[in-house]
Amino acid sequence: MKVSHILRHTAIGLAVAAGTIAMPANAEVDFSGKTIEWVIPFSETGGSAKWANFFAPLLAEQLPGEPTIVVKFMPGAGSTKGANWFQEQEHKDGTLMFGSSGSTQFPYLLGDPRVRYEYNDWNAVMASGTGGVAYLNPEDGAKFDGTADALKGIDFIYGSQGATRLDLVPLLAWEMLGMSVEPVFGIKGRGDGRLMFERGEATIDYQTSSSYLKGSLELVEAGKAVPMMTWGALDESGSIVRDPTFPDIATFKEVCEATAECDTSGDAWDAWKAFFIAGFPSQKLAFLPAGTPQEYIDTYTAAFEKVRGRDDFAEIAASRVGKYPVFIGANAQTALASATNVPESAAQFVREWLKDTYGVELK
Amino acid sequence: MEMFSTALPALADAWSLILQPMVLGYLALGVVMGLAVGVFPGLGGIAGLSLLLPFMYGMDPVLGLALMIGMVAVVPTSDTFASVLMGIPGSSASQATVLDGFPMAKNGEAARALSAAFSSSLFGGLVGAAFLTFFILIARPIVLAFGLPEMLMITVLGLSMVAVLAGRVPLKGLAAACLGLMIGTIGEADAGGSLRMASYDIPYLTDGLKLVIVGLGIFAIPEIVSLLRQDRSISNGAELGAGWMDGVRDWMRNIWLSVRCSVIGVVVGIVPGLGGSVVDWIAYGHTVQCTEDKSKFGKGEVRGVIGPESSNNAKEGGGLVPTLLFGIPGSGSMAIFIGALALLGSGEIEVGPAMLKNNLDITYSIVWLLALANVLGTVLCIAMSGNIAKLTTIRFTYLAPFLFMLISFAAFQSGQNFEDLLALCVIGLIGIFLRRFDWSRPAFLIGFVLSNPVEKFSNQAFQIASFRFRKSFEEGMDYIFSPIVIVLLIITVVSVVLGIRQAKSIMAEGEVQSGAKRAPIVFLLLVTAYLLTAVINANAIPDFNMTDKIIPLGIGCFALLCCLLLLVQMIRKPEGDSIFADKELAGEDAEAPYGLWPTLAWFAFLITATWFVGFILALLFFLVSFLKIRAGAGWVKTLLLTACGIGMMCIMASALHRDFPPGLLQSAIDLPWPLR
Repeated sequence: MKVSHILRHTAIGLAVAAGTIAMPANAEVDFSGKTIEWVIPFSETGGSAKWANFFAPLLAEQLPGEPTIVVKFMPGAGSTKGANWFQEQEHKDGTLMFGSSGSTQFPYLLGDPRVRYEYNDWNAVMASGTGGVAYLNPEDGAKFDGTADALKGIDFIYGSQGATRLDLVPLLAWEMLGMSVEPVFGIKGRGDGRLMFERGEATIDYQTSSSYLKGSLELVEAGKAVPMMTWGALDESGSIVRDPTFPDIATFKEVCEATAECDTSGDAWDAWKAFFIAGFPSQKLAFLPAGTPQEYIDTYTAAFEKVRGRDDFAEIAASRVGKYPVFIGANAQTALASATNVPESAAQFVREWLKDTYGVELK
Repeated sequence: MEMFSTALPALADAWSLILQPMVLGYLALGVVMGLAVGVFPGLGGIAGLSLLLPFMYGMDPVLGLALMIGMVAVVPTSDTFASVLMGIPGSSASQATVLDGFPMAKNGEAARALSAAFSSSLFGGLVGAAFLTFFILIARPIVLAFGLPEMLMITVLGLSMVAVLAGRVPLKGLAAACLGLMIGTIGEADAGGSLRMASYDIPYLTDGLKLVIVGLGIFAIPEIVSLLRQDRSISNGAELGAGWMDGVRDWMRNIWLSVRCSVIGVVVGIVPGLGGSVVDWIAYGHTVQCTEDKSKFGKGEVRGVIGPESSNNAKEGGGLVPTLLFGIPGSGSMAIFIGALALLGSGEIEVGPAMLKNNLDITYSIVWLLALANVLGTVLCIAMSGNIAKLTTIRFTYLAPFLFMLISFAAFQSGQNFEDLLALCVIGLIGIFLRRFDWSRPAFLIGFVLSNPVEKFSNQAFQIASFRFRKSFEEGMDYIFSPIVIVLLIITVVSVVLGIRQAKSIMAEGEVQSGAKRAPIVFLLLVTAYLLTAVINANAIPDFNMTDKIIPLGIGCFALLCCLLLLVQMIRKPEGDSIFADKELAGEDAEAPYGLWPTLAWFAFLITATWFVGFILALLFFLVSFLKIRAGAGWVKTLLLTACGIGMMCIMASALHRDFPPGLLQSAIDLPWPLR
């Protein structure tokens, strides 16, 4: 019940997103000669770094006074350190921004004891999402017929960054399909996972959309990999539909419906869907600190609107952040709500599942 | 043949792209900026590249490449200054250079060491580029042949260099390496997230210790403190002996060594996931093994500089292969490099398999820009080396406060926590005692550097191997004992056997006198106590997280065994045996006019003051009082030097957009930058 409520909430937000026009910026806010710090709680090498580095120069052009935007990295404790730090910051002169990712959202949702930040205190000004594609090695891929029925009893190996991270979504999905996938933990990024797959050490893999297009599609075309499913995308009513970037690949929902073992209702499904929504359609969010006055939020909103309104935005964004909607202003807040709210029952289910399957206890 | 028919035109295209005045100008600009950043220890290419990122958006691809590559390429060259002149390993690429480079500087041969190092770097870079030009076309299947067991074996080969560098008492070297491995496991485990010797109450420890801090603590602090106590210049007698031409001649004489080490650099650099951390040690080990007279290693053998330096620039070229062909960065700076590539032009350069198909000319441009940048950077470095080497003739008491300042700043940049400075202090103390009691510091560092790869690769390889064995025995055996693994295994065994035989003649810590039992035994007991705590701590990890537990437990038990054997030997052997080496008994340290603790207290003063009033204010008090009281300078000189030091810090920090460590004062009141 609560899930559907949130979904409706999200869906309305997403629907509104399409037609929103930016609020006029308040003329008083001027960043001339100032330096804006955009703090990313990850290292220079991750996807969030790419995301911030992509937006920073575009945003700087559009903010009044054309300030310099510097992306600062504050890695530590899987982004918890940076987020805890941001929680303590207050509005000064609008020159501080923060970026969070699915890896920041998940510990928050799971009640990780290290989390001392509260998303609801912050002001989301921009959110963008992604999708994901799972694929199989050719040998086992031949047995995949739109259902996972024939994949039962095969031992798969998957290079994983950790069960409490975004990898939770694929791992839970495969388990729901009745597949036996053994994660090899401790890899540093999904690129390493793909390399492991290419070497034949891993036999199943998933990549986010842009990485799939860059690295894995080539494998598929060469017959070295077989796409299995996407996680899908959300439509306006909050249902999972085919990913617009990969209209030819079935979604997990479709595969699940077709597979005897899998069920698109019940606790497991609700938990999976909740975490999928938190982790993918609004994966990365940009925030202003607690207590930021409305005119600053409006200024940033207007600037992001102008970035998104560039004629070439779709083109330049496609290769770097994927062909997914960018939510701004009020819609970013809505995206935040969907990314940081899962029903307690779903969180509880995932906590139990993590404990039973991987022995991970968040204490 | 078909391959070459596409490669040759692409190579020609690449040269026509590069050989334009604008491109060369940008390359030179990048090189100069890279040198400016690289001479400061601890600030590598990452800081420099982040600085360039804002300008990359929409820039002409070739110009942007020239700028970035100019910068990346010279960092492993320019950090040689810090390694040779100050004994500070500037980055992981120049750790092994410290071993013989710094003793050479102490012998007054700084210019010779530098120019030998730079000539080797240059040559290594060129060999790397030439090799890559052909190799990159066939590299993909070879890179894919390096699976987890192969990577594990390379790591083990790196570890086996401990045998060469263990020092006079091999058991001590082994124990030092194990201690390094154990300290490397501190923090949250990669695989299961269990905590080792850490607690969520101290978030700093959960991330583990950074290489920058351990490198600075183990090598730089003990040397700085020791020199400061002796109150002399780095170069004994304050004279510069051999000049830079001698270094170039040294390199010419050892050109084949340089060739071999360059090839080692390229080959190891190609393997993704290992980065450059092992390359210089493997090259150093090789250098030692193929040198007839081993007695001078650790005391200023020029071959010990040529070997690692030839490999570390060649490695940069090798590291381009996984970066460009797979989009998997071999190092932090390569990761930013990939990110920046996407910003160039209209984003048409996309790293990955398509690089060879669609952008072969760009690929070749990158390879040869790297080589050109090397040439340019090296020539500049050699030109500067004569003058910079004069630093070694200055009375060290005037250098030390600035070195403390620089390493504190560098350490703070690694995690931007006050704890970074504390960790530097603690590791520095460990380094001081390792040095004093002749426990091999290189062995410790090798252990630390390879701790994470050993744990990761062995766990992952084990997991996958057990799957293969479940399928069938043959498949498992095929997986573990691939031809590459077998070859590496043979090399490792040979190098260990040779290494043990030679270790006695290589004194990584120089000559050390032996004496009474008490102090060495107390240190051994302290190490044993730490290891025991760590083992008990690891044992408390629940069994289902075996991947997080097995390495600290296994290595820890082995280390305890080493310590126990050492203890037995120490009890049975008479005083004066080499096992009781102690630098405080005779030699430079013992004769030094200043004690260890008062000297260290100066550094502790800087750190404590930082905790109260923040870095810049603390630095002000520290520099003034140090220069006035300890160095005995007049007021004018004191104030002038202080102003220079603080000014330099501020310029560096503002150019790189870095903060200073804040103190209690800063949390109480808002102060303007840089006091903030």
